[in-house]
Amino acid sequence: MTTILKLDAVSRVHGEGATEVTALNAVTFTASAGELVAVMGPSGSGKSTLLTLAGGLDSPSSGTVLVEGADLATLGNQGRARLRRTAIGYVFQDFNLIPALTAAENVSLPLELDGVGVAKARAAALVALGQVGIPDLADRFPDEMSGGQQQRVAIARAVVGDRRLILADEPTGALDTETGEDILRLLRLRCDEGAAGVLVTHEPRHAAWADRVVFLRDGVVVDESGGTSVDALLDADRV
Amino acid sequence: MSVKMGLLALLADGPQYGYQLRAEFEGRTGSTWPLNVGQVYTTLARLERDHLVEPAGSEEGRVLYRITDAGQDEVAAWFLTPVIRTQPARDELAIKLAFAVTVSGVDVGAVIQRQRTATMAALQDYTRLKRQDHDLAWTLVLDAMVFQTEAEIRWLDHCEARLRRAATERRVVATPAEDTADKETSR
Repeated sequence: MTTILKLDAVSRVHGEGATEVTALNAVTFTASAGELVAVMGPSGSGKSTLLTLAGGLDSPSSGTVLVEGADLATLGNQGRARLRRTAIGYVFQDFNLIPALTAAENVSLPLELDGVGVAKARAAALVALGQVGIPDLADRFPDEMSGGQQQRVAIARAVVGDRRLILADEPTGALDTETGEDILRLLRLRCDEGAAGVLVTHEPRHAAWADRVVFLRDGVVVDESGGTSVDALLDADRV
Repeated sequence: MSVKMGLLALLADGPQYGYQLRAEFEGRTGSTWPLNVGQVYTTLARLERDHLVEPAGSEEGRVLYRITDAGQDEVAAWFLTPVIRTQPARDELAIKLAFAVTVSGVDVGAVIQRQRTATMAALQDYTRLKRQDHDLAWTLVLDAMVFQTEAEIRWLDHCEARLRRAATERRVVATPAEDTADKETSR
């Protein structure tokens, strides 16, 4: 499997002296193509920090963040912004759609910002909206859609073009059980088709859709589930 | 109880042979609770003794069973009677944690984390099964497993949070002078 995201001994320290807080402490983390990895932990465990560092929205105090082999620190602001438009898709709890733009326009925006022509960008947006099951809603505005539909648009925006890394921060938080499950099915599908996904969640039921579940406590990875089968864990317990 | 009532509920739909009942029972519950044929026939014998089912002919030595009126009443009453949860089954995990926090020298955090990882792996297995297409009956049984497993993880999270709070409170009580000194230096 190709490694798409790699955090190598990454730490993030906020403040200094007496008010110093270590949000992430020497964390090593990878997500490969075709893999969905969930990150779980209580508030303040560092899970959102991990995601913002992976998305290049914040920089580590030490260690390196590599996306498709490129060190985010050496890319500079413009390079990172370009990577966010072309390779990384972000999905947020509150959808973060632009209210004045239609579904198709929301999805095509990152492509247009990257210099793709309007017609070509719209065509790509329609493909992405088809992939998330709402091709008929392309010309609706966010306030004309349900929460579940808006989140589908957000996922389409996160995968439009040829993005290989999807970062999702509590994407089902604002949705009911059934709709949340639909969204997870979609995320799962995008990963099965080759994207690497990182899902930050505090819901065990949602984390269970991932291939691996990484547990964070106080900025440190304390355990991981999924690499080993249940039977192996149970056997280890008996020894 | 659930095997007896399950078989009776299946017979409420029409007469069946023992081996058919076993296949139907397992089919509707995704083989979550496998039955052996012996169990099916002993249960049918008891149902017949209690006049809830009766033989309705046989073919090649196999007996066809049919539900009686009394059996129909029993099934109707079963569906409308809530399952009683006040007498919990002995829960090894709850007992283990109760001892882990009271016996000295146990790393309770490790006990919790190790269990949470194993329970999460089980939850991932159930979720993987859910991703395949199943009939409605099995999907609902799977969902029951998913919600029960999730509840265990939530409970473990809760235990960990409680233990952390208790540990913090113990530290504050144990070192009041040091605590005050810290505050003064930070000012």
